[in-house]
Formats: sequence, C-alpha cells, structure tokens
Amino acid sequence: MATFRKSGGRKLKAISTASLPDIVFMLLFFFMSTTHMKDKTSMVQISLPEASQLVKLEKKNLVRHIFIGEPNKENRQYGTDSRIQLNDDIIDKPEEVTTWIATERASMPESDQGKMVVSLKADNKTKMGIISDVKQALRRANALKINYTAKKRANQ
Amino acid sequence: MKKEREVQEINASSMADISFLLLVFFLVTTTMATDEGLSRVLPPMKDPNQEQQKVDIKPRNIMEVLVNSNDKLMVNGEEMDVLQLKNEAKRFISTNGNDETLPEVEPVEIPELGGTFPVATAHVISLQNDRGTSYEKYIAVQNELVAAYDELRDAKAMEKFRKPYSELDEDKQKAIKTLYPQRLSEAEPKSYGGAK
Repeated sequence: MATFRKSGGRKLKAISTASLPDIVFMLLFFFMSTTHMKDKTSMVQISLPEASQLVKLEKKNLVRHIFIGEPNKENRQYGTDSRIQLNDDIIDKPEEVTTWIATERASMPESDQGKMVVSLKADNKTKMGIISDVKQALRRANALKINYTAKKRANQ
Repeated sequence: MKKEREVQEINASSMADISFLLLVFFLVTTTMATDEGLSRVLPPMKDPNQEQQKVDIKPRNIMEVLVNSNDKLMVNGEEMDVLQLKNEAKRFISTNGNDETLPEVEPVEIPELGGTFPVATAHVISLQNDRGTSYEKYIAVQNELVAAYDELRDAKAMEKFRKPYSELDEDKQKAIKTLYPQRLSEAEPKSYGGAK
C-alpha cells in the first residue's frame, strides 16, 4: 500500500534543472551549425587591406585560400621576403599554384568544380609582382573567380 | 514481503556542466564571420597559337589608370589622388550629354526600366600597375573603381525601384547591369621601377 511521505514539510520544491542540458545542447547545436572551424593557420604575417565594396564569401566548401606575405616569427627559415602559402606549405615558385589548383579541383565534387572561388589573402605591403604571378598561374589553371580578402573600412 | 528495488536515477545535474563546457569550446574555436572581399573574375588565358588581334579603341572610350612603383596614380596622363578616382570614374561611366571627351553612347532598349537608354557599351577602364606597386594601393584603386560602378547602379535602382541595388531581384539587377556594364580591364604588369 502506498504511503504518504511527510518529509520536508512545507519547504519550497527545487526547480527542476533536468531540462537545462537540453537547452544547452540546443544552443550547442545551433552554434555548431552556424559557425565553422577556424581556417588553416597562416604561416605568413598578414594585415589585410581595407575596402568598402565587399562581397561575402558564402559557401565555405567552394573556397580555397592562398596566403601571401612575409613568413611570421615561427617560420623564419623561409626568409623575410614575401612568400606564398598553400594549405600548410610555403611554396617556392608561383607556378606551383597551377598544379595545386588542379589537385584541389579534383578533390571537389564534380558539380562544384566550376564554382570554385580562390580567396587571396595578401598582406598590405606585398608587392604586386608576386600577386600578378599568382594571378597568371590561376589563369593558367582556369580558376578565374577570385576574391581579394579585405577588411571593412570604418567610414565612407 | 518482497521489497521492490528502485533503480536509482542517474544524477543528470552534471550534464548541464558538460554541455556548457562543450558550448564554450565551440564558441572559442569557431568563427562566426565569413570572409569578405572584393570579388573579381580574371580573364581566361589566351590561346598562344591564336594570333593576337589588335583592337582599336577610340581614345575617348578609354580611361587609363596607371599606378607606379611609388604608389602614385596617373589617370589619362594626369596625376591624381586616389580619393578623386571614384568621382572621375563616375564622370567617365555616366552617360550624360554628348561630351566629346566622354565615351560614346549607344541607345539600348531595356524593357525592365521602361524605355531606351544611352549606354556606354564601348567604354573601358584600363588598369595597369607596376610590379613594385603595393597590394594596399592596388586594392584601394580597385575598390574605388568598383565603388564608382556600385554607386551609379545604386542611384539608378533608387530612382527606378526605390530600393538599393543589392535588394533588387535578379532580373532588375540584370537590367541595371546592362545600363552600367562593368568594363574593367587589367593589363599585365610591367616592371618600370626595377623592383621585383
């Protein structure tokens, strides 16, 4: 037979926190789906130029990054001249970009291959010579959609 | 008397802590902001076997923008500050009047805008930089030129549809694009200053 327990008397019941994990998990999934992991770490120093007419790069999986700038402190073995970084390698010749694009393109699903966008992240002080070389290499690889990554200019 | 054993409930209060920890981890390691930048399309590589044709463009249709290795700007033979470039480009692209110094216009029918409009179909903004030009200046120049087009398109969109260009649907954007076609051409850089 059921018995009534008379414990606690008139004490206020504690608010149940059983749903708290659910709420937090919901938040967690929201953040997991709306954000993305940090990009490849840059081995070169980059302070981006400023511009006002910016376009957002929407589809992350279509974007490939090329970093151009002076090697940072941890990568001084590559010298102090402006260098090109693809994935996690610093390359010697701008011509290597062409083959890199070809391999990157091959790793994409066929329907997306034509939509590839190359994002150029170059340092303010880089000379245009090296960037032109990269652009020529991209043209040779037929990767024509590019995006010069820039910061939003504050005023104007 | 058989006593029914109660299965003890697992204490779930630490679950919240665990998930909070996960949440904080993801907040720290991920970034919300997507990359932004100036989007451009490179011209396809010319076929080396094909003979290059020289295209004659009338001088009035060309706006020549040169940037040298000292980041100095020259537009149509005159030195200019980058701040003036946008207005100069807007003056060049806008199709007002029959000024002999501005590009030729051609009447083009654009049904979405309701009528025929003069369009500078043959104008070209030619951009040439030195190998020693800094990337910063190059982006600044590109930005001003793109801004000139964007502002003209925006103004037209406001006038016709009372909405900024970016909020129009695709057909209307296309119509305004036909009115102000973006014709930016980049020459391959030369090295004048000796800088590599």
